[in-house]
Amino acid sequence: MSTTTKAEATITADEKLPVIRISRDFDATPAQLMRAHLDPDLFARWVGPDGMDTKIDVWDVRDGGSWRYVAGRDGEEYGFRGCFHRIGADVIVQTFTWEGMPDDVSLETIRFEALPGGGTRLHAQSLCDSFEGRDAWLRSGMEVGVNQGYAKLDRVLADGVGA
Amino acid sequence: MADQLSRVFAALADPTRRDLVARLTATDATVNELAEPYDVSVQAISKHLKVLEEAGLVTKSRKAQTRPVHLEAEVFDLMTAWIERYRRRAEQRYRRLDAVLADMKDAEADRLGSSTTPPQEGRAS
Repeated sequence: MSTTTKAEATITADEKLPVIRISRDFDATPAQLMRAHLDPDLFARWVGPDGMDTKIDVWDVRDGGSWRYVAGRDGEEYGFRGCFHRIGADVIVQTFTWEGMPDDVSLETIRFEALPGGGTRLHAQSLCDSFEGRDAWLRSGMEVGVNQGYAKLDRVLADGVGA
Repeated sequence: MADQLSRVFAALADPTRRDLVARLTATDATVNELAEPYDVSVQAISKHLKVLEEAGLVTKSRKAQTRPVHLEAEVFDLMTAWIERYRRRAEQRYRRLDAVLADMKDAEADRLGSSTTPPQEGRAS
């Protein structure tokens, strides 16, 4: 893994649309990033939320297939589900719902752009169905202790590359 | 603080109110000035401004007779804090993804390596 300092994730909350956009560069190919998003075992290792264990419940990787996973900590469980609407060569289009607000759904487009100098830029866009929904997402997680999240990150980093 | 932020987000959920706020970032303005570009009554704009005022986003100056509306910039600092927190959580998630990708590359290198050269002792953990 490169030791050079990489740019951190950037985020924009659109003023005119209930959209959140995130981009982030990775030392990997678009194909490797697709795999890390679509292989259930790999995906469960990084998705979070912070400080929680992720159990994949349903994972039907095909256009129109559905997915569901449960994030848990201390007996509390949070279910998330949606549909892989479209899986392209370097793009994943899916719906996303937190089961605590089952009527709210966002449309997520995750695109992997190969960079000229090597590496890949991830572009993730979440289109929510209202500004209230979008802003609830931005607010969410405030209650979750930030230190617990960092502890999980530390463990992963401490396990290192050979884990 | 959470209650105030809820009011802020609710106030900004309306497109007219977001537009009013956007215009107030440039300069203070009176209610009449603010209402001018819209195809609605001054009263309607006053109602929107009242929502913004209750959320703490704007204040009405008592200095001038016209009582110009002033944007309270520090409230937006709180919103910036929300967005920054969200960004940090995404960054944490993507650092975990970095680690997973590094593992994948190691596994691929090991597989390729073993097909062309003898296995190296102590290489795989």
